[in-house]
Parts: sequence; C-alpha cells; structure tokens
Amino acid sequence: MTTIQTVGVCGAGTMGAGIAIVAARAGYRTVLYDTNMKALERARGQTEAFLAKSVERGKLTQEQVDAAMAAYKTTDTLDGLAECDIVIEAVFENLSVKQELFAKLNAVCPEHTLFASNTSTLSITQIASGCGREDRVVGMHFCLPAQLMKLVEMSPGLNTSDTAFSAAWAFCEALGQKPVKTKDAPGFILNYFLVPFNNDVIRLIEAGVAEPADIDRSIKAGLGYKMGPCELLDLIGLDTQVLLCDAFYGVTHDPRCAAPPLLHRMVAAGHLGRKSGRGFFSYDTDKMYGA
Amino acid sequence: MVSYSIVDTGDSRSFPEDHPFLAGAGAEGEVVAYIGFGAVSSWQEDPSRTAILVELTTETLGEATGESRGEEGSNTVGFARFRVGDGVPSDLVELVRQPHTDAAALEAARMVLEGAGLQVAECFDFAGRILDRLIRPYYNEALAKLDEGLATADDMDLTVKLGLGYPEGPIELLERTGLHHHHDVTQALFEVYGTKHYAPARRARVAKKRAERGLS
Ligand SMILES: NC(=O)c1ccc[n+]([C@@H]2O[C@H](COP(=O)([O-])OP(=O)(O)OC[C@H]3O[C@@H](n4cnc5c(N)ncnc54)[C@H](O)[C@@H]3O)[C@@H](O)[C@H]2O)c1
Repeated sequence: MTTIQTVGVCGAGTMGAGIAIVAARAGYRTVLYDTNMKALERARGQTEAFLAKSVERGKLTQEQVDAAMAAYKTTDTLDGLAECDIVIEAVFENLSVKQELFAKLNAVCPEHTLFASNTSTLSITQIASGCGREDRVVGMHFCLPAQLMKLVEMSPGLNTSDTAFSAAWAFCEALGQKPVKTKDAPGFILNYFLVPFNNDVIRLIEAGVAEPADIDRSIKAGLGYKMGPCELLDLIGLDTQVLLCDAFYGVTHDPRCAAPPLLHRMVAAGHLGRKSGRGFFSYDTDKMYGA
Repeated sequence: MVSYSIVDTGDSRSFPEDHPFLAGAGAEGEVVAYIGFGAVSSWQEDPSRTAILVELTTETLGEATGESRGEEGSNTVGFARFRVGDGVPSDLVELVRQPHTDAAALEAARMVLEGAGLQVAECFDFAGRILDRLIRPYYNEALAKLDEGLATADDMDLTVKLGLGYPEGPIELLERTGLHHHHDVTQALFEVYGTKHYAPARRARVAKKRAERGLS
C-alpha cells in the first residue's frame, strides 16, 4: 500500500477549496488545481483566513499553519498534479467533465495514484469508466463546508479494488475525517434521504397543508433538528434543488425525487432562496449565510 | 389567561403523564379540551365556548365535526402533541384547523397550549398532519435501504447525525420507539393516500407480526 504524502485537489470552488484546507491542515503536501486563476487566488485567500481563525481559536499553532501554507500549492496546469499520491476531484457536477479529467490525469499521474470523486449525484463507476485506472477510483463525498464537517461518504465503484478502497479509507481517517461506507448508489446516504424529503416538504406546502414557518417549527420542536427544511432549502438554493431532483429522478424514477411543480414555479419567479433574497422566507440582506 | 376545562375520555397519547396543560385546567372555562382516545367520538358542539379542542391520533377533525362542501369550520380545532411510538411526547403540538375555522378559536387554542409551555404549528385537516406525513416515508426508505445493504444501520444513523445534524438516526430512533408502532402509523397513511412510500417497510411488518404475538 502506498503512503500518501501529496494530495491533489481539482476544482477550487466551494468544495475543492474546503477539501484542500482539510488536506493541508492534516499535514499533507497539497496541490490545488483549477483552470480558473481567480478561483485559485480566492481559495488561497480563504485558506489563509480560515487557518488564521483556527490559530485564534486555539485549534492550531502558528507553526502548524506556517507549515501547512508552505506545503500548499496552486496550479492551473494538470502537470502540476504529477507528484500526487491521491487526487480528489471537485470540478463541475458533469459526467463528461469528470470523465475527461480522470482520463487526462491518468496520463499525468504515476501508476499508484488514487483518484477520488466528490460527486453528489453521479455514479462512481460511470465517472471511472474509460479513465484507464478504474480499479483505483473511489467515491469520497465530503459535506459542505468540508473544512468544518467531518463526514465523508465513501463508496467503491464496481471495478474498484479492495486495496485502493482501503488505502483511500485510511487516508480519509488520517485527514481527521469520519468516513462511512456506502454503495455507489444515487445520492449515497445523505442526499438519498434528504432530496426526496425536501420535495415532500414542498408538496405539503403546495397542497396547502401547512405554511413553511409551521413546517419548520414542527421539525425543529418535534424532532430536534437544528434547522427546518424550508430554511435548509433556502440555503441550498431552490435552483440547486431542481438540479438534484433532475439528477436523481433521471436515475431512480422515484416520484418523490421528481421536482414538485411549486419548486419550478419558485425558480421561474426568481425565488431561489437566500442568494436571491427570497425563497420560502424573505431575507432583507444579501449577505451570505454565516458570513 | 384563557380559562379552560378538560373532558377526559381515556388514555391520552398527548398527555400520558402530569403536564402543566393538565394542571392548568379548571372546572369551567372559555375553552374546553377533549383529551384521550375517545375524544373524537365524545365531541359535542358547544357554540358558547371560544374554542373546543379535540385530541387526534390517526383520525382527522372532520370525523368529529363533519364536513360540508369545503366550507367546514367552527370553533372546534384538533390537536396532537407529536410523539413517535413509545417515545416521550415532544413539546410540539400540531393544531388542526379547517377552511373556515374561527380565528378566535385558533387564537384561544394557541394561547392555552403555549401557556402550558408547548409550541404550536398550525396545519389543515389531513391525515398525518405535518410530521408523520413527512417522516414516515423517510423511515420506510431507511428500513428498505438497510435491507438492500446501502450501509450498516450504524453508518446510516451516523451519516444523518454528522451530515445533517439530526439528534438521532432513523434506525436507532425506530428501535427506541418501537418499530411496530411505525408500522401502524404508516399503514394508516398508506390506506389514506395509497402511495407506496407510506407502505410499511418489510422490517416494520415483521416487527408488527411479532408484536401481535407479544414478542418484541
Ligand atoms: N456544493 C455542495 O454543497 C457540494 C457538496 C458535496 C459535493 N459537491 C460536489 O462537489 C463538486 C464541486 O462542487 P462545488 O459546489 O464546489 O462547485 P463550484 O462550481 O463551486 O466549483 C467548481 C470549480 O471547478 C472548476 N472546474 C470546473 N471544471 C474544471 C476542470 N475540467 N478542470 C479544472 N477545474 C475545473 C471551476 O473553475 C470551479 O472553480 C461537484 O461534483 C458537486 O456535486 C458539492
């Protein structure tokens, strides 16, 4: 089994930037790759700010942060990933984009390098298909925000070898994350339960059973959830919920996964949630949640 | 303060034990609350009250009051304190209204319930109200996915706790509160709505059969 020393992360967006923080914080040499220089600069800035906060909060020492930043590199060419022992991709949620990336990486990376995908809705087996190292591709689904959330849903594709899966699992634990094993099935565990549940909530509103505020109060006071489903949908973005629905309904044909008509109407009306100032609730500020 | 009296019609799922709501009742009042399993059948019309509360379980309010042309509604409201199986009742009360329920009745009911430290969520009169209607398909899915080997029970529970911040996972919650009770609630919803997501999952059916023979 290879010891992992250098970690590559593809895609410096919301997830990739967070995953790179996790890797750097755990002491790995970390290379973040994106074709967009602005995304890379933003990710570096976010990483510096996040690690500085960790020092303030007493979670890391300044020496640890200095070491992490010294081992943190960004690159806008794939060749920059040639030294990696594992590459985690968090590029756009698009099958052909991910397949092409892995096929190209296959030519750049050494034989032993593991490929991991952070996909939320696609099949690990399909992403691996045709890349040239199907036995060394695993699913590693981090949660948003990756630098704060411990959970990683890990799944082997049909062609993933046990050796590769165990190596990726051990790496995940070494990152300080908490892996759980799931099958390569649509939505793994989290989204498999969450996406249709949220659709049921939207259908209840559409059917006039209850108002969003009453539903959220029920869920929080009745079940002890921290956040109500309507608040959560506003945070996820109703347009994103449509994309999730389309992805899952396309694979499962489960009517609970189909986007409810009200969801489409809200998106058409520009009621996208927090980001547009209005979803199930109104927000009088355009500040990002938690900012 | 709104004064209220209680008509006790048998064991109550909402108030199985002492509670400020029970302690706060008087002999007479502006409001009357029917509690216990016989609440729906014991209900009587009484226009002199600001509100009449009727405890519901799997019934709907219309079974007490009758319904007419989508114009039903009076001073009678339904309520149920949310509770899963044998678990302790939560502080959440689903307050059930009809299309033309008196605003004053809703307001009085809310004051009485909130005055006893409960939280109120209003909903219209459909089987399963808000919470059972939302959680039962989720529990059935979790049980089905356990059968299909999506993940171990522990990993499924851990995933929703770490990933979604839920206080408890679906499998441990059903074990704690009695899987056979889940069967009964979701079976009742299945009969009303007919959609397969309410059909009791295989594991719930097994638990029900065993419960019928007195086994856990
Ligand atoms: N946002 C979430 O809540 C969340 C949670 C878990 C998993 N995911 C998954 O993570 C992945 C990324 O999601 P995100 O929200 O971070 O997206 P994002 O749009 O914020 O970031 C994607 C980044 O990838 C870059 N990119 C796209 N194609 C590329 C390519 N071929 N080569 C190099 N860089 C490329 C883009 O420039 C962008 O910076 C998706 O697969 C998504 O399903 C998202």
